[in-house]
Amino acid sequence: MARPGTAASKPANLTKQSASSNADGSLSREQKLELYYYMRLTRSLEERLVNLYRQTKVVGGLFRSLGQEADAVGSAYALDRSKGDVLSPLIRNLGSMLVQGARPNEIIKQYMAKGDSPTRGRELNIHYGDLERGFIGQISHLGDMVPVMAGVTLSFKMRKENRVGLVYVGDGATSTGAFHEGINFAAVQRCPLVVIVENNGYAYSTPLSKQTAAKQLVDKAIGYGIAGEQADGNDVVATYEVTKRAVDRARSGGGVTLVELITYRRKGHAEHDNQSYVPPGEIDRWASENDPIDRHVKRLLSEGLEKKELDAVDARVKDEIDRATDEAEASPMPDPTDALVGIYADPPVVEPLWFREGIKSAVEVHERPSSWGTHDV
Amino acid sequence: MSALRAGGRTMSEITYLEAIREGLFEEMERDKNVFCLGEDIGAYGGAFKVTEGLQAKYGEQRVIDTPISETAIIGAAAGAAHMGMRPVCEMQFIDFLSSGYSILTNYVATARYRAMLPCPMVVRGPSGGYVRGGPFHSQNPEAAFLHTPGLKIVYPATASDAKGLLKSAIRDDDCVLYFEHKYLYRRIKEEMPSGDHVVPIGKARIAREGTDVSIITYAATVWKALEAAEQVEKEDGLSVEVVDLRTLLPMDDEAIIATAKKTNRVLIVHEDTRTGGVAGEITARINESAFEWLDAPILRVTAADVPLPYSPPLEDYVLPQTSDIVVALRKLAAY
Repeated sequence: MARPGTAASKPANLTKQSASSNADGSLSREQKLELYYYMRLTRSLEERLVNLYRQTKVVGGLFRSLGQEADAVGSAYALDRSKGDVLSPLIRNLGSMLVQGARPNEIIKQYMAKGDSPTRGRELNIHYGDLERGFIGQISHLGDMVPVMAGVTLSFKMRKENRVGLVYVGDGATSTGAFHEGINFAAVQRCPLVVIVENNGYAYSTPLSKQTAAKQLVDKAIGYGIAGEQADGNDVVATYEVTKRAVDRARSGGGVTLVELITYRRKGHAEHDNQSYVPPGEIDRWASENDPIDRHVKRLLSEGLEKKELDAVDARVKDEIDRATDEAEASPMPDPTDALVGIYADPPVVEPLWFREGIKSAVEVHERPSSWGTHDV
Repeated sequence: MSALRAGGRTMSEITYLEAIREGLFEEMERDKNVFCLGEDIGAYGGAFKVTEGLQAKYGEQRVIDTPISETAIIGAAAGAAHMGMRPVCEMQFIDFLSSGYSILTNYVATARYRAMLPCPMVVRGPSGGYVRGGPFHSQNPEAAFLHTPGLKIVYPATASDAKGLLKSAIRDDDCVLYFEHKYLYRRIKEEMPSGDHVVPIGKARIAREGTDVSIITYAATVWKALEAAEQVEKEDGLSVEVVDLRTLLPMDDEAIIATAKKTNRVLIVHEDTRTGGVAGEITARINESAFEWLDAPILRVTAADVPLPYSPPLEDYVLPQTSDIVVALRKLAAY
């Protein structure tokens, strides 16, 4: 039997890119259209989630990546799933998970806390993963995925597998000890790891100027003795190209690269955040002048792609999300006693507490608070 | 201390420390997915020389000297474990485990439950006092992790358990914290049982049979409990049972309740501080399951609630001693 997470155990029909590149290695017309598909899918899926959130069908908070779709999609697109590459996203990287094969029905079920969601209702939002498809779920503690992905890629090196790992952190996570320890260890071990620093200007309400005194985050690469590159994170092709160079470097034994992608978070930390801390006009300026999907559409049309091809993608996206929504809404909530399953491999189930013996549900009605107490309702 | 020998015999006695090392060699030989990482464990062989010779045999790829980065050691072990490896992390002193506390309790311990990600890994390191190590080279951090679902905790008291539990920990499909007592490293010797010696996780051991009072303990204080038991047998004619828990998580409720029902008087001894310690948890379990069987309140002999001081008169005053256990046994017997 194949080891978990190895290329050998991956179903062949799950290969991501249906389109292939040009002979010179540059992105083909079909690939650029596919990038459009993933960005559009990301944005439309999040817009659907906003609707569901307003209908109180989303149980927890809702996290958007509006305006950052290019950096997630373009960077993940540089990985090669046929080789078994693995990434670990952060909260604004839904797009990267979709590129790796995550599906809208899974995302919606996660947000709706359904019993047949990928985590069976244990974890929130996009906090889930699938080793077979090559993405590992994040936790809320920022920076922790850097040492974890150092270990994932260390295993590639130890087994002489031709695989690459990629981990996302935000500008805020670069201040954590875990980021430092993880990237330093990976650098020393020359792990085949790409660290994407997604600089979107804010960590919750804290601007970059209060996060670091460094002039730019890419400068941190120098201190770790690794390669560093910076690119326009709102240009999906530039994002792809800079990441592809880092992936190729990692795969050929060149070790870790820190890639800083400059982008902008147009929504608050989560849906409840009113962004009172943002200077007037800043969001509008990014929306009107530097929207990653608008920019890519403009490029595609200028390169001869026809509007009806984009319309066809939009229709496909809408159809996929409609079907995913129907499926998620019809899905059951978890069986309460499933809460006791799978803490350990052995024992597989925790015994119910004595006052819960024979009881299938703790309460008749499950209260649904309209917030976590983060704001008045 | 020879009273604890059991099973088949091999040629010669080895120390507790050598038993751990032997366990590491055997598991690395058995399974190529097993590898070690930690600070100064390679060419130097570790601060206590537990891993001596390991890198010479298995190379720098499988015995990795890391930067001083407990979070990276534990986090990287988790990532490698997800991919099918079986990492064994060394904390140079177990006191430094707290530097990796967040990633261990938040990421590692929850991985299987929240993400169906297997995390078969061991975090081991020299623990415990009685060695004049001061506040940061003497700690017993088990209680901090007893409270974390998803982790397992073992803390052997004998050389053969040290080897057998290490092998079980490496083969376990979840994360096992393996605390090894540095006071015992070179002070106790034992012949190893022959063959593939594995001690199951979750099973306590009766270190001494008795009928009048039970001592429930683990790690270095097992030996102090045995000394106290011998003393009160000679001087008071008391028959004391000593239960060595060996595993703290999952706790062997069956063994705890069985000894409580057998002697009806229970003393819990541990080297760790008192408040929020393992003894409180054991007391609660006996209270819930065997209250009617008790002829006396459950007593605790533990360290005082202070950071462990360096100077011998201070350390000896804070840590539980054999004489403390004798006092407690007499009090229980007379109740």
